[in-house]
Amino acid sequence: MKPRFLVPLGVFAVLVVVLFVGINHSREVGVLQSPLVGHQIPDWELPVLTDPAKSLGSRELKGQWYVLNFWGTWCYACRAEHPILLQAQRDARVQIIGVDWKDENDLALEFLAKLGNPYSLIVSDHTGNTAIDLGVAAAPESFLVNPEGVIVYKEPGVITAETWKREFLSRVPPQSSAPAATPGAS
Amino acid sequence: MLPELGHFALVLALLLAGLQAFFGIAGPAFGRDRWVAATTAAVAGQFVMVATAVGILVYAFVNFDFSVLYVAENSNSALPLMYRIAALWGAHEGSLLLWIFLLAVWTLAVAIVSRNLPERFAARVLGVLGVLSFGFLLFTLATSDPFHRLIPAAPDGHDLNPLLQDPGLAVHPPVLYTGYVGLAVAFAFACAAMLEGRMDPDWARWTRPWTTAAWAFLTCGITLGSWWSYYTLGWGGYWEWDPVENASFMPWLVATALIHSLAVTEKRGLFKSWTLLLAILGFSLSLLGTFLVRSGVLVSVHSFAADPSRGRFILAFLGLVIGGALTLYAWRAPLLKSNAGFDLLSRESFLLFNNILLVVAAATVLGGTLAPLIADTVGQTSLSVGAPYFRPTFLLAVIPLMLLLSVGVHANWKRGRLEADAWPLLVTLGVALVFGAAIVFGAFGGKHALAITGFGIGSWIILSSLVDPLDRLRRHLSLSRAVIGMTLAHIGLAVAVLALTGVESYTSERDIALAPGASAEVGGYAFRLLGTQPVEGPNYSATRATVSVSRDGRLITTLYPEVRQFWVQQQTRKVAGIYNRYGTDLFIALGDDLGAGRWSLRAQIRPLITLLWLGPLLMALGGALALSDRRYRLARASEREALVGARGEAH
Repeated sequence: MKPRFLVPLGVFAVLVVVLFVGINHSREVGVLQSPLVGHQIPDWELPVLTDPAKSLGSRELKGQWYVLNFWGTWCYACRAEHPILLQAQRDARVQIIGVDWKDENDLALEFLAKLGNPYSLIVSDHTGNTAIDLGVAAAPESFLVNPEGVIVYKEPGVITAETWKREFLSRVPPQSSAPAATPGAS
Repeated sequence: MLPELGHFALVLALLLAGLQAFFGIAGPAFGRDRWVAATTAAVAGQFVMVATAVGILVYAFVNFDFSVLYVAENSNSALPLMYRIAALWGAHEGSLLLWIFLLAVWTLAVAIVSRNLPERFAARVLGVLGVLSFGFLLFTLATSDPFHRLIPAAPDGHDLNPLLQDPGLAVHPPVLYTGYVGLAVAFAFACAAMLEGRMDPDWARWTRPWTTAAWAFLTCGITLGSWWSYYTLGWGGYWEWDPVENASFMPWLVATALIHSLAVTEKRGLFKSWTLLLAILGFSLSLLGTFLVRSGVLVSVHSFAADPSRGRFILAFLGLVIGGALTLYAWRAPLLKSNAGFDLLSRESFLLFNNILLVVAAATVLGGTLAPLIADTVGQTSLSVGAPYFRPTFLLAVIPLMLLLSVGVHANWKRGRLEADAWPLLVTLGVALVFGAAIVFGAFGGKHALAITGFGIGSWIILSSLVDPLDRLRRHLSLSRAVIGMTLAHIGLAVAVLALTGVESYTSERDIALAPGASAEVGGYAFRLLGTQPVEGPNYSATRATVSVSRDGRLITTLYPEVRQFWVQQQTRKVAGIYNRYGTDLFIALGDDLGAGRWSLRAQIRPLITLLWLGPLLMALGGALALSDRRYRLARASEREALVGARGEAH
């Protein structure tokens, strides 16, 4: 066996080693885990849907467990999620704050009047800036936030009865039914 | 029920691929003729199973079966039929299935066409292809099952990525993959030859049409991708040296080298071990591309949702397949000998230079693509490599390549006597330089040494390629399809060189902000924003601007660039307004709403860009002509006769 014919194999072996190290190094891009999980939720403050003069934000919600749920009347999947959220609200273990994302206020109110309102409060993100801050790609998306303001879990799609129990409720201590959030005047 | 059948079909396909690999490789090795004969049956069975799986997934898409996770994630009830079908390759799982399907199609084609090859050799080729199918099927079943159920079913789907909802992108992946996967055939032929220890000119003649076909598909696929990014991504770019683009370009460069070295091996029995190495390399780079796109090692605009476990699987597969092939190479290649010699100025030399330069070009692209990864691994720093690296290094390899091409097409096999061809060479060079200078100074203006070089080289290749065929026609000699094909491909390359020179040297580009009624001038054309209006599509709402383009006060055209906002994924996609005038594109893309009716727009004048799509098309057409050459058909017929004769004697 002449050594020069082993050169390609040698070069290839080096390449495989580099790729192997690279793959174990690489941040888990695209695995559906938000990099925000385990970190403070970026500060947000949005006008309340029913009373746009008032606003609600991460500061007011400090000290309470809450789920931040991005939705919109234009979003088909949100309709599917709606009954689950209604049921979850009845359990009243953790309050659900709705973010009406890139939507019209009238349409949103009509939607809730017709299908029921699962939210303890709804804010509207007309510009979509808060959604960008939180890395929301497509509605629905939901964040579970603890009293310290740290994102504990992110659901990147429709919440099902099963995920609600497994991923959300399991993380919230049972005695956490905190007083409902009150919007501050702005 | 159907999706479960689809999954089951994939399991059966995996088993059949395993049998195909075993019979194909073990049969000839142990001299079991029954095993050899069974290989083709396994190929046919595997094809049927894979086709069934594909059919079931398409059926699920067409009929909105949102109980299949992949369908729910990549389509929507408002998605038009054409894109529901194209959604099959809209994400990782389905595109992998497409890859497997295309491999099954190529394998079936090889099985059908190779009936005339020696049985054991054909079985080995199919056996190696079976190994590849097995690996990819196992990968799909283990990490990326496209039939995974979503329970309970989604009421509606999450929609196809809006960027993919475009006719250009609907056809780009299948064409590109056909090319990628086609290189597996050349790889399989090389492995079979090494397993058998048979590497004669016959081998090169059998391999050549397959390689040319794969190369032609690869050429079309890359061009389609470039064309798509040009008119939909909204910045008017056609090539960004992005890792995924590079992943398709490197195999193309190596496949181009392989086509040329196969010619030498077929005609002169030279470069045998080099040709084998290129055949291995071409497919290795295509596998490497798959790895880079799907493992998340490199971040790219085109990459799929990545997952390290998939990356590890592909890497292990890559290591086994390519490592195995290269080990075989290290063992068998030293046995190859060729005694024929050739002069410095013979065609062999020119093709050797061609090969070296193409491989160097591929290596520079590979280096640039992997540099960020290596920097990250070794130095822990992030590094981004883009056009400032790729452009000069690539030109450094490509300019000499183009110059040698014009001379090389005249060189004779074996003997280097260019004196006889010196006159046509010098005359065409002179004409080309005058022509290049005339375009630069006459049509475009401005001083550009690189532009004169580009136009000069492009026209020299065209003129020089035409000398020999025209000479043969003048002397009433026949031209084979192979020669016409080669000439056409070289002219196509030259056309692409001319286009690149025009586009790179003389594009005018401006980002402008316009209120309705206002206008701005770009490259001698006045763009006037007449207004914007909302438009509704099947699954998106859009803002459409009306922009009139005029030159010297005369209206040339009205363009309608759009920004589409897709409902479900809340993503925007741009559709540029493009008007083609004498091969020059007047391009306008709509940017952002600046309020009060004002919009930002990007206007570009790109001269000769039409030729950039035409050139590669000519190259692919040339390839298609060359592989339909009589030589391959006749050779096949004569082999059949020889085979029948041999059987007759044996009886």
